[in-house]
Amino acid sequence: MTGAEFVPFSLVPMLVGVLAAIACALPGNFLVLRRQALIGDAISHVVLPGIVVAFVVTGTIATWPMLIGSAVAALVAVALIEGISRFGRIEPGAAMGVTFTAMFAGGVLLLEQSDTSGVHLDVEHALFGNLESLIWLDATGWASLIDPAALSGLPEELIRISVVALVMALLLLLFWRPLALSTFDENFASTVGLPVRAIALGLVIAAAIAAVTAFDAVGSIIVIAMFICPPAAARLMTNRLGMQVVWSVAFATVSAVVGFVLAGYGPLWFGLENAVSAAGMIGTVSGVILVLAATFGPTRK
Amino acid sequence: MVFDALTFQLGYNATLVTVGAILLGVAAGVTGTFLFLRKRALVSDAIAHATLPGVGLAFIAMTALGLDGRALPGLLAGSAVSAFLGLLCVQWLVNRTRLTEDAAIGAVLSVFFSFGIVILTIIQTLPTGGQAGLEGFLLGSTAGMIFADASLIAVGGVIVVALVFVFRRPMTLLAFDPNYAETRGMRSDHIDLIMMALVLAITVVGLKIVGLIMIVALLIIPSATARLWSDRVDRVVLLAGAFGGLSAWVGAAVSASAPDLPTGPLIVLTAFALFALSMFFAPARGLISGFMRHRRFQRGVHIRQGLLSLAQGLPIYEPLTLRLLKEEGLARPDGVPTEAGRARAARAHWDEKRWEIARATPEHELAAARYDGLTRLEEVLTSDQIAEIDARIAPPEAAS
Repeated sequence: MTGAEFVPFSLVPMLVGVLAAIACALPGNFLVLRRQALIGDAISHVVLPGIVVAFVVTGTIATWPMLIGSAVAALVAVALIEGISRFGRIEPGAAMGVTFTAMFAGGVLLLEQSDTSGVHLDVEHALFGNLESLIWLDATGWASLIDPAALSGLPEELIRISVVALVMALLLLLFWRPLALSTFDENFASTVGLPVRAIALGLVIAAAIAAVTAFDAVGSIIVIAMFICPPAAARLMTNRLGMQVVWSVAFATVSAVVGFVLAGYGPLWFGLENAVSAAGMIGTVSGVILVLAATFGPTRK
Repeated sequence: MVFDALTFQLGYNATLVTVGAILLGVAAGVTGTFLFLRKRALVSDAIAHATLPGVGLAFIAMTALGLDGRALPGLLAGSAVSAFLGLLCVQWLVNRTRLTEDAAIGAVLSVFFSFGIVILTIIQTLPTGGQAGLEGFLLGSTAGMIFADASLIAVGGVIVVALVFVFRRPMTLLAFDPNYAETRGMRSDHIDLIMMALVLAITVVGLKIVGLIMIVALLIIPSATARLWSDRVDRVVLLAGAFGGLSAWVGAAVSASAPDLPTGPLIVLTAFALFALSMFFAPARGLISGFMRHRRFQRGVHIRQGLLSLAQGLPIYEPLTLRLLKEEGLARPDGVPTEAGRARAARAHWDEKRWEIARATPEHELAAARYDGLTRLEEVLTSDQIAEIDARIAPPEAAS
């Protein structure tokens, strides 16, 4: 394959996939260690009602209303989960199940009721994303990477997800010690004066931001997979938190690249004509990596 | 229209679907309660999402064999097999590795679902797969269901309810006391497996009605609702079944009454409405009763502290305390105690003295732990013990 083909059609989706995977895997490390892995699952389900409400309110499918709507929905969900488990004295897992299924159902109902015909807004799109459609039309080959005119035509999804991935990495570096301390020993962290509740809330909000931005580009299913699978696999490779984060980034990258390539070119090897869902394939590859780590990982027990 | 649907007058198929949904709701409510009490509610989410690749592969297999790829029994059989594999994967990850159950659930859920999507996109490119309609399994769709499928769902509902009834006792025992269940000769892993098999059966039956993303709501929401109303397991189980059945009935009926009203979301939202109402109105755990309890406690503490101040002749500055004392007729607006107020104050003061002694006496340690500034010592100790404490309170200054 030549640069003239690869750069416009595959480079951007691949990069978006990799960056989305990393942006989710970074906070995912801490969610997995804190036994909050399913927060990612809950957040990515409530994104749907968020974007539907944003659509009903604004009447457009512009990006910013959608992002704000889904971020608000994520915060509402977090507040509801906390409220239900605290005031109703209901186990957090069940409170989460109550919240996200109800909000998701509300989103689906609203979607069916509102007039979305003629607008590209449907449940499947929300779930599967449309990674394949992120093409860079202005690019003609590798040279476009240093051509300012072509660069200005980069899909904005790529720019957004790059910023978010960078912010996630910076937040992680900045709050590394308090995060690590409160994750491993919350009691100790609070006795040395760390605001453990604020840290926990901040982590969930960071996860929500990563989920919402990544969702916009790649669909909710990769988001859930990347929150959990790379960090879980990384946890089976090492006992050290720093190394775990490094492994998880590596696994996320490999999942995204291999998944994208398999989805685009794999079917051709089997004599099929059409590509399969890249989002689905990336999630599947991350599962294969997890199985390998669970079988051979040095610290799997 | 809604009334017709609620009273089963919307044609044979709609009625069968509604009956099937009600049975499913009851079975899911009851089974969900055991899951909930075992704190494993979200395992059902993994099972539900894991059905997707099975549905897709069953479609491909049936088409390859020259059968109708859309045949519901085949698709449901496929979904059951892959959901079972998903369950095994959760168990395998939890047993074989140090990953916690929630991570295992999330991993299985997302990976199986991703793989399912890959299969669905393959089907879309098959010559026969164009209008496979398998998306209906994601969100449920009962519209245009044929008679054989509707009866399959109704029969499936009957079977799961019967199975739940048969296994209710061992599941209750296990939910509360796994150790005791083991000493009674039960294999807790076997019962867990039965419980999961029931969840699986419910998921498969519910796939066509509420869809795989929302089926978990039927298992979780009714049991969480019932839990708000009672602390007794038998009542929670019955209530959860009732809430589940009611949600399914109302949801399915409303959905049948008009187009554009998908069944799954309506059932889930009905269940959630019941939950939200219960959050407010439930007797022990509801928000309203909690607020009333808090107010009662606050009132009691203010009056008690006010009385103690009166007994010692101290002025009261706290406006709420003064208002409460006035309302009870214990003090005048300027803070001077009434006759009744003086008597109550003296009693409160005396009680406080008794507590002081009781709390300083090691033999009353257990009783002293119940000191909350409200309970009278007479309610905690016997009259002999009280008399003994009274004797130790120095010169009878109580009359003052």
